[in-house]
Amino acid sequence: MIAFLARRVLGIVPVLVCVSLFAFGFVRMLPGDPARLLAGPDATQAEVRAVRVSLGLDKPLWQQYATYIRQTLAGELGRSARTGQPVATVIGERFMPTLWLTIAAMGWSTVIGVALGVIAGVRRGRWQDQTSMVLTVSGISFPAFWLGLLLIDLFAVRLHWLPTGGEHGWRSFILPSFTLGVAVAAVMARFTRSAFVEVAGEDYVRTARMKGVPERRVVWKHTFRNALIPVITMAGLQFGFLLGGSIVIETVFAWPGLGRLLVDSVNYRDYPVIQAEILLFSFEFVLINLLVDVLYAVVNPEIRLQ
Amino acid sequence: MSSPSSSPSGRTASHPGEAPSAAPLLDVSGLTISFPAGRERVSVVQDVDLQVRPGETVAVVGESGSGKSVTALAVTRLLDYAGGRIDAGRAVFQLRDATSLDLARAPQERMRQLRGPEIAMVFQEPMTSLNPVLRIGDQIAEAVMLHQGLGGAAARQEARRMLERVRIPEAARQLDRYPFQLSGGMRQRVMIAIALSCRPRLLIADEPTTALDVTVQAQVLRLMHALQEELGMSLLFITHDMGVVAEIADRVVVMRSGRVVERGGVGEIFARPREDYTRRLLAAVPVLGSLAGQALPRPFPENGDEPPAQDTVEPAGPPVLEVERLVTRFEVKRGLLGRSGGRIHAVEHVSFAVRPGETLGLVGESGCGKSTTGRSILRLDRPEAGAIRLGGTDVSSLTPATEKLLRRAVQYVFQDPFASLDPRLTVGFSIAEPIRTHALLAGRAVEARVEELLEQVGLGGSYSRRYPHELSGGQRQRVCVARALASEPRLIIADEAVAALDVSIRSQVVNLLMALQRRLGVAYLFISHDMAVVERVAHRVAVMYLGQIVEIGPRDAVLGRPQHAYTQRLIAAVPIPDPARRGHARALDDSEVPSPMRRHDDPPAVAPLVRVGPDHYVARHKIGGLF
Repeated sequence: MIAFLARRVLGIVPVLVCVSLFAFGFVRMLPGDPARLLAGPDATQAEVRAVRVSLGLDKPLWQQYATYIRQTLAGELGRSARTGQPVATVIGERFMPTLWLTIAAMGWSTVIGVALGVIAGVRRGRWQDQTSMVLTVSGISFPAFWLGLLLIDLFAVRLHWLPTGGEHGWRSFILPSFTLGVAVAAVMARFTRSAFVEVAGEDYVRTARMKGVPERRVVWKHTFRNALIPVITMAGLQFGFLLGGSIVIETVFAWPGLGRLLVDSVNYRDYPVIQAEILLFSFEFVLINLLVDVLYAVVNPEIRLQ
Repeated sequence: MSSPSSSPSGRTASHPGEAPSAAPLLDVSGLTISFPAGRERVSVVQDVDLQVRPGETVAVVGESGSGKSVTALAVTRLLDYAGGRIDAGRAVFQLRDATSLDLARAPQERMRQLRGPEIAMVFQEPMTSLNPVLRIGDQIAEAVMLHQGLGGAAARQEARRMLERVRIPEAARQLDRYPFQLSGGMRQRVMIAIALSCRPRLLIADEPTTALDVTVQAQVLRLMHALQEELGMSLLFITHDMGVVAEIADRVVVMRSGRVVERGGVGEIFARPREDYTRRLLAAVPVLGSLAGQALPRPFPENGDEPPAQDTVEPAGPPVLEVERLVTRFEVKRGLLGRSGGRIHAVEHVSFAVRPGETLGLVGESGCGKSTTGRSILRLDRPEAGAIRLGGTDVSSLTPATEKLLRRAVQYVFQDPFASLDPRLTVGFSIAEPIRTHALLAGRAVEARVEELLEQVGLGGSYSRRYPHELSGGQRQRVCVARALASEPRLIIADEAVAALDVSIRSQVVNLLMALQRRLGVAYLFISHDMAVVERVAHRVAVMYLGQIVEIGPRDAVLGRPQHAYTQRLIAAVPIPDPARRGHARALDDSEVPSPMRRHDDPPAVAPLVRVGPDHYVARHKIGGLF
């Protein structure tokens, strides 16, 4: 298991190099002079030159990259073109709200989605299956912003039970995490159901029944664990997407997260922040993929031992 | 309906502790089963009667689609989970507490309690029948804990005892292993251990040895027989293999298209079959030794007539194919940085030649390297060293010119007729593809040629517009043969080409291949694990073991007077479809074939073969501990 982990961690290194190259190249690939872009449209020639020197853009590319890596590792990501704050601070402030919202949304939607999928898989073709499939189709197709607005209208505006938006205490998590998780739960339910149905037809499930294993145990011990691999893959992907911050949800619920930060940064052409966000999102995905690999190994001994 | 059985092995239909009563343990009558098909239901088993007495072995034989497996699933009621339904009939079972129960009507929860302690089942597919994520010990202990009420530690002890009972070496260590770490034969032993762990009174075995190699099959059959005597249980044995039936059964039930066509004692069925279908089934079974003393191959009898031997080899001129010291190895990566953990020596210094019009049978068990040899010749696997010559031309280095020559002159027929045709293309398109690729013909001439090829394989030109799913397994394999012929090859590598077919279809396809050889002079490299089929088709035989040829020579010499210990073992393991020559007396041989994977610093010994007779050569150096 330790060798497996070490191999996976080592495997990340080339990915991270590619990611950093991309984030590094991002500003340099933009049309026009990055120094002029960063200095702003009203800057004088001298100011642009000053920016160029301060950013090290007058040095050879490989030196620039080395500097970039050194600074990134030290957490120096530059300053926001919009507010002048350090980028690390800007992103740090916005990261936690998105992370908590993601955890809240993933938490409930994974549990409910997987449970729904298993029920549908066990009761294949019966009313439980059909009901859950109607629910999941609705969950996937219902637009999130519309659902969010309806919920705000009902629970905040009419009933005054929950706040309309912003991040103030646990009650403010309920509506956005529910809205965010609906589509995830629906996708998880579909995936779980199809994986479950496939595994339920395997010979070893028949073997379990041949032994006289009670049906509940056939489902959880012999079928469920084997059906988990595609479910884990899907959960990892969803988690990665949500961690990027949902632009729609954060806008509807006035949530101070990464999604809105990205929109604002793009609107203001705040390149240092965009660059840092690219790096962060890529890093998150790499990390989640590692986690998914480790979970595979936990579930499946064949991956762990070979 | 049932006839009294006379057991040729001298066993009686009773065992200690059970009165020698005539009352069957299982009495199936009028069983009728259907499966859903679209909006309707298709009846797959009709009005089947079947009795199994205490301590007795009843074999249910039949070809695919005969309903034999479905009948077994119905008795355990695992049928319910497969979508089937019992429409009529009874399956009365005498329980341990001397009451009886109609299994066809019992509620599923009651059946669950019976599965294990009363009725257990072993399935055909050892590779997929064990749960891949659970340890073997836990999979056995689960059944023990459920039905014998033992705690975890005691159940583990019992699991170890069961593994010892099925003769798995180092049982204690195996408990913590996972299924993927065991070979197919070992997995099937684990399955048997699971089935026996609750001391069932009836064991149903559904083709338990079909997926196994012959030597492993012999081991498993003997093991089941020994365990049956030790535990005094009844055995309902489902198989398509008359050789296995002759080895193990007391009584036989022959099924066809969902009905019982004949039943009787095993001696009676083999000696005096009453039904035409049974006779044909028996006639189609290849019997190893039936061509003993004859030098030339001879097709299977058709309509009771023994066809003439065929002499098709052209001794003059260069061989179609010469293989010299062919080596194919696979690196096995492991460890932190993907260092090489060793090499699988799949093909190790293999040399042979095939003359025009000749069939060389390449035999051996799974993992011996026979398929890799075939694949290496066509460069589907990459050989590491060695020379390959086609009609005298060296094609060892794959240039565009030699590749073109190779791809046209050598064709392949694979084992699985279902997987080797593109389901979205018509049969005609698949056959025309090599003709177009090699630019042999153009325009309408291609269609005419496709029809001609289809005629040659006995299908008729109208088949060219059909899709693979409209054809049976035998028909598809004929299409594969037609496709192989399309480029007018001089050699066809047939890799287990008839292994997936029912016996009657198998003999037809073998006869077709031989007829084509007669007509077209094509040579075959006939790769097979089935010694009896090889005896029919091959002029010469090469036996492979652990990547090396251990014996090669004229067919009659190698099969009739085998000189290498491994050849002798292989031949001894082949079941003989004659209950009078039953081989139970042979000792249980638990040896496993060693792994062809070796460390880099530990290469296998290789040496030239030694001549022991005319054109007959044997390895005299040690390979895997055998001479």
